[in-house]
Amino acid sequence: MKYIDGFRNPAVAKGIRATVDSLASGLQSRARPINIMEVCGSHTMAIARYGIRDVLPGNVNLISGPGCPVCVTPTSYVDVAIALAERGIMVVSFGDMIQVPGSVSTLAECRSRAGRIEVGYSPTRAIELAEANPDREVVFLAIGFETTTAPVIAMVDQAIGRGLKNLSLMTAFKLVPPALTALLADPEIRIDAFLCPAHVSAIIGADAYRPFVEQYKVPCVIAGFEPLDILYGIQGILEQMTQGKADVVNHYSRVVTAQGNLHAQTLMAKYLEPVDAAWRGIGVLPKSGLGLRAEFSAYDAEKKYGVTVALGSENPACACGEVLKGKRRPPDCALFGTTCTPEHPVGPCMVSTEGTCSAYFKYLR
Amino acid sequence: MSEQTIQLGHGGGGLMSRDLIQSEIVTRFGGGMLKGLPDGATLPMPAGRELVFTTDSFVVQPLEFPGGTIGDLAVHGTVNDLAVCGAVPRWLSLSLILEEGLPLSTLRRVLDSVKRTADDCGVSVVTGDTKVVARGQCDGVYINTSGIGEKMDEFDLSAGRVSPGDHILVSGSVGDHGMAVLAAREGIRITHGVVSDTGPVHRLVQASRPFARDVKFMRDPTRGGLASVLNEVVEDQAAGILLNEAAIPFSSGAKGVAEMLGVDLLQVASEGRMIMIVAASASEAVLSAWRSLPEGRDAARIGVVTDKKGRVILETLTGGHRLVDVPRGELLPRIC
Repeated sequence: MKYIDGFRNPAVAKGIRATVDSLASGLQSRARPINIMEVCGSHTMAIARYGIRDVLPGNVNLISGPGCPVCVTPTSYVDVAIALAERGIMVVSFGDMIQVPGSVSTLAECRSRAGRIEVGYSPTRAIELAEANPDREVVFLAIGFETTTAPVIAMVDQAIGRGLKNLSLMTAFKLVPPALTALLADPEIRIDAFLCPAHVSAIIGADAYRPFVEQYKVPCVIAGFEPLDILYGIQGILEQMTQGKADVVNHYSRVVTAQGNLHAQTLMAKYLEPVDAAWRGIGVLPKSGLGLRAEFSAYDAEKKYGVTVALGSENPACACGEVLKGKRRPPDCALFGTTCTPEHPVGPCMVSTEGTCSAYFKYLR
Repeated sequence: MSEQTIQLGHGGGGLMSRDLIQSEIVTRFGGGMLKGLPDGATLPMPAGRELVFTTDSFVVQPLEFPGGTIGDLAVHGTVNDLAVCGAVPRWLSLSLILEEGLPLSTLRRVLDSVKRTADDCGVSVVTGDTKVVARGQCDGVYINTSGIGEKMDEFDLSAGRVSPGDHILVSGSVGDHGMAVLAAREGIRITHGVVSDTGPVHRLVQASRPFARDVKFMRDPTRGGLASVLNEVVEDQAAGILLNEAAIPFSSGAKGVAEMLGVDLLQVASEGRMIMIVAASASEAVLSAWRSLPEGRDAARIGVVTDKKGRVILETLTGGHRLVDVPRGELLPRIC
């Protein structure tokens, strides 16, 4: 823990804050505040946990991006998972997924009605359960960005190696770069820079952001999840803006390399291929997800049980897409605070406890 | 020889029941009021004193974890509830619900820890009950304890007395119990792992007795942790709370597990800690009294009461501020 404490040092934080303040005051002449999107859900959580918004100058605005995999998983996915559990299939899930509402219910509610829902802290829990229950079918809810995809696929590789026949995946893997590209493709976009994810970048590598930085000329800084990492990342963004540059800068070099984790990339490419994916509140983004290749369809729960997660089943009134692009504020959405609340969220910005809408509901309403 | 286990017959009220009670309960708790196993305990009414009565049930899994067992918790939980009401804990009831097939050796270890902690806390087990349910109908052992304590007149505790400027004290690191149980349940093994803080707080209450008039509020932060307790205090009150993150004691083991699972230690249970709100003038004196006890060695002042109505705010390590929220439901680790 001493190692981590170094990245939370209050005195060092004060020094970086002073630099951020002076850089931001040099950018005061801009017509509107500087909108920085933190892409990753863990950044969003850390920013909230350390009160980082509160220490930023008035003209620097943080917008929470679509990088919480649980939050962007479509309602129809939850519905299908519940339907499988109701058929007597054992469903293994990461913890935070079980509270996410589908169109009528949650996995937690399903569990209370005797559905067999198991919470796993590691994907390998699915292998343990499949081996311990050879007479039962086990489905692992395979959601996540590149960071989570890698260990899940390592688990699949193990399961196939052991010849497990009663285990399959419901895939809803998402990719970060296509999501950023889709956000920037909007001509009215109001995002000036990206604070890029830490652990996703460890898998895909810093160079993965180069193509779209070159195309859209938006500064990107890869930052770790500790408070000093985040403040230092914001400093890096403001430095680029001050110099009028748009580049990929890696401030998390203790973990992230230019090429990323090649072993993970190879394993993912062996089992998975890009697919169109539905993002809760945003819609279907082309080639923004990963699905199992046809030759591994025996491990694809949707094919195995003849179920389909419907694309494009989201509430059309939900303005999360606009909120994510910095074009609208949460209270400007017709659903905010009425149909859509933290207890009954509609879009991803409300599903995440620290999502933009949820935070707005809690702190500012 | 195969291991002896609890059978349904041990709860049937016949000879097997009697043997179990005789050999496991009476041998440990059979002095005093339990002698002769009357249907109820007859207790002497303390003259002119009010009584405090409380009850709690314990269903922890695993039954044994680093730092204690369900037996320790069953005594500490009820003793601590009495203590933070300003009472001297005196008597306990002990009700056991046992699952068919429970190894007798496990039951013995649990009862040993009940006996040891009850002695340590100066409370007597004066009545009890034992039931056995069929395999699968409970999870090893469930325990209910009820407790009676004698109220100390000096304490006048209520959230309504809390006012801006008061200090918030905590008697030691927070969240250790919840993290120890979660780590044990999930088989998370780390070097210098986390150990439950299960323990009594009644001596901390005794130590603050000389300053009782200045003590406004006491609570042991169990389920929901520090966050729940402090939010409860200021709910519907004119006051709020400002915590200083740098001052809150956390053990390195609990921090390690919490970091791995992505949980907020402010929302995690302790089972041997106390939170006190005390007038600023008395806070140093209470702290030094606490620090002279082993269970208060790491006591700290972690915040102040403010006039920000109903809000619990944390000043973080970066100097920013955030709202300290009440946990929503079960404690779930995050994947991202």
